[in-house]
Amino acid sequence: MSSENTAQEDIERAPEIAELELVPRPDGPAAAAILAAGIGMFALGLLTVLSEASTAMHDWLASWEFDQGVGPLAGKTTVAVIVWVLSWIVLGIALWRREVNLKVWFWVALVLGALGFLGTFPPIFLSFAAE
Amino acid sequence: MELSEREAWTVIHGLLAGTLFLLAFAGGLAGLWSLRPGFLTPAAIKERMTRLYIGVWVMAAVAWITVISGTWIVYPWYRAALAGETFEGCAGAYLPNPESCSPRDFLLSNVSGQTESWHEFGMEWKEHVAWMAPILATAVAFIVTYYGPRLIPRTWLRAIVILMFVGAFAAAVVGGAFGAFINKIAPIV
Repeated sequence: MSSENTAQEDIERAPEIAELELVPRPDGPAAAAILAAGIGMFALGLLTVLSEASTAMHDWLASWEFDQGVGPLAGKTTVAVIVWVLSWIVLGIALWRREVNLKVWFWVALVLGALGFLGTFPPIFLSFAAE
Repeated sequence: MELSEREAWTVIHGLLAGTLFLLAFAGGLAGLWSLRPGFLTPAAIKERMTRLYIGVWVMAAVAWITVISGTWIVYPWYRAALAGETFEGCAGAYLPNPESCSPRDFLLSNVSGQTESWHEFGMEWKEHVAWMAPILATAVAFIVTYYGPRLIPRTWLRAIVILMFVGAFAAAVVGGAFGAFINKIAPIV
């Protein structure tokens, strides 16, 4: 994911924007937000599958419920949100002032998000159920 | 007219937050769609962007409120194991009850037709996939705020943002639709 080709190549002519005298902004922070969303969704799907596949994982995820009766869903969602937030912070710092090829970052995020989505689909995650 | 505490929370979780989410989505999508070259004057852009910022952040906030209230307040009432191993607490029941037959027990017991799949497919999918809505909606809100009117000439970036925005909505639709159907068949009372 080099910073050589920027997404600025997808710019159309928009004279009305020129009148607003806006300073251009690098695409790094947007790439961080997009990839972090993909990572968060992937984490949710992965944890959903692992909770079915492993009794130990299921019990560990259930321990996040703090006696509220939520079960392993508490751990799956809380850990996924923590992963999402942390990855956004780390990527945000790393890419804050950088110009990046947004298309590459988007496709990576899309693959991660799609895998995460599949992981939350019952026929898929239930097929990993521990005997 | 009276609502129990549990019914009131299901209304807040599903009906109020859901309606607000739909309104914010419709406004946000229209705003994003019209952010294209040649559509707006500079004055209209400034006015339109303020509404768009409010719309996308309201949608993100409502999505968070919905999944957090659903998971931590409503869901424990749904999934409580009250009926026993063979669901004897649901025997003869026409509806779930908070003493011996939770909605999950009721659906899995099949005492009122073939209802098991509503839990094993509908609820299992809804409770997980719905959490993708706030993640995507928050990312969209950040990107819209970060770029502002700079999104207008960025065709491809605008398409990505709309895709993520629709993805957030789709995840919420799965959660909302199954939630409405399940609450119809096995209401939380």
